[in-house]
Amino acid sequence: MIDMTDVVKRYTLGGETIYALNHISLHVDKGEYVAIIGPSGSGKSTLMNIIGCLDTADSGSYMLNDKPIQKYRERQLARIRNRQIGFIFQGFNLLPKLSALENVELPLIYQGAGVSQRRAAAREALERVGLGQRMKHRPAQLSGGQQQRCAIARAIAVKPSLILADEPTGNLDKKTGREILQIFRELHLAGNTIVLITHDPKVAQSAERVIRIEDGRLYENQEVPQDDLPVV
Amino acid sequence: MIYQSFKMAVKAIAGNKMRSFLTILGVVIGVVAIVVLVSIGQGANSSVVESIEGMGTNLITANINARRMNPIDLDSLNELAQNENISYVAPISTVSGTVKAGAATYDDGVVQGTTPGYESIRNWTVAEGRFLQQPDIDNRSFVAVIGSEAATEMYGTTHAVGETFSLNGYTITVVGVLAEVGSSASGSNDNQILIPFTLAQRLSNQTSISSFYVSAASSAQVGQAQTAVESYLEKAFASYNTNSFGTQYSVFNQSEMLSTLSETTNTLTLMLGGIAAISLLVGGIGIMNIMLVSVSERTREIGIRKAIGAARGNILMQFLIESLVVSLMGGLMGLAISVVAVNALAPVLQMTLTIPVNVAWMAIAFSVFIGVVFGMYPANKASKLRPIEALHYEG
Repeated sequence: MIDMTDVVKRYTLGGETIYALNHISLHVDKGEYVAIIGPSGSGKSTLMNIIGCLDTADSGSYMLNDKPIQKYRERQLARIRNRQIGFIFQGFNLLPKLSALENVELPLIYQGAGVSQRRAAAREALERVGLGQRMKHRPAQLSGGQQQRCAIARAIAVKPSLILADEPTGNLDKKTGREILQIFRELHLAGNTIVLITHDPKVAQSAERVIRIEDGRLYENQEVPQDDLPVV
Repeated sequence: MIYQSFKMAVKAIAGNKMRSFLTILGVVIGVVAIVVLVSIGQGANSSVVESIEGMGTNLITANINARRMNPIDLDSLNELAQNENISYVAPISTVSGTVKAGAATYDDGVVQGTTPGYESIRNWTVAEGRFLQQPDIDNRSFVAVIGSEAATEMYGTTHAVGETFSLNGYTITVVGVLAEVGSSASGSNDNQILIPFTLAQRLSNQTSISSFYVSAASSAQVGQAQTAVESYLEKAFASYNTNSFGTQYSVFNQSEMLSTLSETTNTLTLMLGGIAAISLLVGGIGIMNIMLVSVSERTREIGIRKAIGAARGNILMQFLIESLVVSLMGGLMGLAISVVAVNALAPVLQMTLTIPVNVAWMAIAFSVFIGVVFGMYPANKASKLRPIEALHYEG
């Protein structure tokens, strides 16, 4: 599914080069539920952008479903984002002027799906996350948890091969957060591949595999070397 | 996809009604300005053309400038009338004098002496009675044919046959009333008082003919007829050594006059249209301005759309169609308002105004053009936004 080898992403800040991703290799199989955990500034957002094909690496190779993403150009990346990846953001990122149903339909519109087909898919996805009764509501008329459910519905409506969630519970209270994580577990049990990015160890626990990221490097099943921690 | 972009555009426009209205207003004003001004220009043109054509398209006018030595007389004009390219010749001379019907004086009348051919030359018809006839000319009869306006002014009715009026003391009987013709390039035609040419000569003590009208047998023969008139005049003046007086006569035909005037009004129309086009340009800049604002306001929306799979083309299309819809709505509304405005203006300006079909199409096409041209830059800017940056944009 995800196959990253030796991926590097650099930024230049004030004349100084910062390695947001420092020669990272990551492998995720189909059907896995992986949490990537790290504090802010660790490079986890950069990693998520590259996994999500929102950005490309400076060097290294990234294969998604055996497709060489690092060679793709903008138009092809848009197509991959549209068909292969379901995004779930911390801030929900729903379009405020569209109803829940229309929001969920949006990626299907960009796929060029017909009206009846995409409406059916959107309804099904909304019912799956328990928003069957709220389809005509606008995001502002929904609670935070409901908005996130709507965003999840939007992500799964296209039946993506990878669900990519960036701090999905970050803007929610604990109870609602647990409900959202419950949906993630259900999706995982249904066979979806999920990559969840968070700074919260408790959230990470819901995944079956936890990978830490610190200073642009990945650590799995091992302690982060203490002396590598940045001096604040 | 285009249908979806169209729906999104309509939604975005409806979502910001006041702003959209003002943007559309800019285009509406531009389109109305162009369409109405061009319509007025063309209306003016066609009324000029109409009034000249109303004088007879086959008309040739000859003016004799020579004062003392004037060889033109009725007999030689009758000879000229025999030319195969000429159907009628009629001299004209204006008589100054006071027209009195009963006790009232009619000051607005134009008293002219002419011959029977004048009726056909000017395309006039007699509503009542008869026109001047050859015996009237031969006998210097005290008769007159008057215009409809003259009839109502003098007698309060157009049924004026048999009435009399006095001209410089002579009593003249009305034998015919002309049908109403309206005004032409030479002024009102309904205040004419036509008397036999020979009578006019006697009343004004003139024997020479200072101007005459010729009508060509057909519009195709205007050229030949004009040549015939010119050679006739040249021959007539040949025996006079008049070099010191310069040109003795001038001959011109209606089509020359027509094309000169048409050219003038067309230039004027073009100028008006050009000035109006500037206001449409300003409207276009308004669209661009508001689209740029819209793009930066909706940066986050663009980011979301891109994240979930909108390609550059989708975003470009969305914003381009939005600006197109704005400008096209402006164009259509402008056209509708122009129709109303033109219909309201026509009676005020006393013109027959219609919006030419090509101008209507041009206005629509021009507003679409404006929408594309001024929407392209903002749409392109939107489509080039990078998804991550757009997503994290706090606007």
